[in-house]
Amino acid sequence: MDFLLGLVRSMPGAIALGLIWGIMAIGVYVTYKILDIADLTVDGSICTGACVCAVLTLNGVNVWVAVIAAVIAGMLTGFVTGFFHTVLGIPAILAGILTQLMLWSVNLKILGKANLGINARVLKVIVTQLDKNKAVMTLIGFVAVVIVLLYLFFGTELGCSLRATGCNINMSHAQGINTNFNKILGLVLSNGLVALSGALLAQYQGFADINMGRGAIVIGLAAVIIGEAICSHISINFGVRLAGVAAGGVIYYIVYQIVVAIGLDPELLKMLSALVVTMFLAVPYVKSKYFSYTPKFKMERKMRKIQAATAKKEAKLAKKAAKKGGKA
Amino acid sequence: MLELRHIKKTFNAGTVNEKVALNDINLTLEDGDFVTIIGGNGAGKSTMLNAVAGVWLPDSGSVIVDGVDITDMPEYERAKFLGRVFQDPRMGTATDMWLEENLALARRRGKSRTLRWAITRKERDEYRDMLKELDLGLEHRLTTKMGLFSGGQRQAVTLLMATMQKPKLLLLDEHTAALDPKTAAKVLELTDKFIKEGNLTALMVTHNMKDAIAHGNRLIMMNQGKIILDIKGEEKKNLTVEMLLAQFAKASGTEFMNDRALLG
Repeated sequence: MDFLLGLVRSMPGAIALGLIWGIMAIGVYVTYKILDIADLTVDGSICTGACVCAVLTLNGVNVWVAVIAAVIAGMLTGFVTGFFHTVLGIPAILAGILTQLMLWSVNLKILGKANLGINARVLKVIVTQLDKNKAVMTLIGFVAVVIVLLYLFFGTELGCSLRATGCNINMSHAQGINTNFNKILGLVLSNGLVALSGALLAQYQGFADINMGRGAIVIGLAAVIIGEAICSHISINFGVRLAGVAAGGVIYYIVYQIVVAIGLDPELLKMLSALVVTMFLAVPYVKSKYFSYTPKFKMERKMRKIQAATAKKEAKLAKKAAKKGGKA
Repeated sequence: MLELRHIKKTFNAGTVNEKVALNDINLTLEDGDFVTIIGGNGAGKSTMLNAVAGVWLPDSGSVIVDGVDITDMPEYERAKFLGRVFQDPRMGTATDMWLEENLALARRRGKSRTLRWAITRKERDEYRDMLKELDLGLEHRLTTKMGLFSGGQRQAVTLLMATMQKPKLLLLDEHTAALDPKTAAKVLELTDKFIKEGNLTALMVTHNMKDAIAHGNRLIMMNQGKIILDIKGEEKKNLTVEMLLAQFAKASGTEFMNDRALLG
């Protein structure tokens, strides 16, 4: 009973964290699902957002200004990756890794040390784990605004051309779409959202840490996958999908909380997350390769099996006959 | 209106796979020309179209449209005066997007894409009328994803997209090759209709000799990266497959070896 009670008490915290990571996951959705780019910049840019927000808040800057500054810093990191990818021709995944590594140094320079506390009792912040219920309400507001803005954006001429860029680059060129510009725009947008999530995370947990972005992409992907799994059966509406991704973040953290409450070693959690994501990423491929026989294929396979068996039988008989012949 | 001057393109230069795809191509098109291009595999037909479209830079030579040298212009910028339909029906449309979204993308070809709505209600009615003319029952499926349509339907839509903003030049790269004969005939019929109604200048690559003869006012035959035959006017009107084969043998010194072209 105590166990369940403790679990229920931990829920607001899990939901708040889930919503923060949900915003990050929406950023991942923009690159991974819409632009069809696996952008690893996010491991760095989420930390950049946290660092910028923490340092500015500590220096007496209004917390909203600090959040906006964090978003702009995140957008810049996305621009760098986009520049590497489109202008310098570096494969997207590698461009992201390069930026991410650079950001480790940059983040350390911004913070000045490995971690920095933000005392919510002294400083004015938007969300804090000292008041989890209020944090959840505020974060739901944030998520809703992000979803509405993205929904509107992807319904515009520019947003539509960005979707086309990710879907079919040949067609985009033929229709006069500047795909390089769009790729950079998508990366800027995505990393802006990721940095927003980082800024909120730093405030919520009360500190920014140089290592806080490690493996962020995996959590983001997990949330995207969970969100897709929920929404693909409900609705194909873009807004619903984005909401699903945010919900995916929440579900991820609720499961996380349960797993911790059961008593799993927290040090193993990253491995668990990665394995779960691996499994889900593998499902479409494995399914199409091994489990998607149409009846026609099934029939052919059956025929092949029968043919092989008959051939084997015949070979055996022939061998026997040859043996007999030899004896005779 | 279109001028290709001494276009040369070699792929994989300096390796064992070196392939001279275009060897000193010179071609001038007049306004309203509908040119069919025929030739065997690897003759350089598609490569020539790609040179015009700007898929890559030629090794030497220049591409001139209406007196403006566009050799160095990136592919997406040229798109404002080029309409293109590809061989692969999957290539011409964004399969994850709706039919109407695809049309809206095409409608804004050559215009700046802003934060205005991608589709307006007025446009939607226009699209419906345009689709009605295709006579494929697509006018009721504006919000169906392109990926759910058949190859023929997609090619018809791509054709519509290519001609919606009147292009200076329409590039058709074997756009019926992946379709069954009946659908191919329908798409070709639409092609003729669009070109005639819009008074378009067009280059159409085909594998099919009969189609090449039946359509257009000028026929070009390519072999090993060169234009070896250029037939126009009255001569083109009276052309037959046999005459074309004889001319090919004379011009290239070899027999025309391509079952697809003969039987198709």
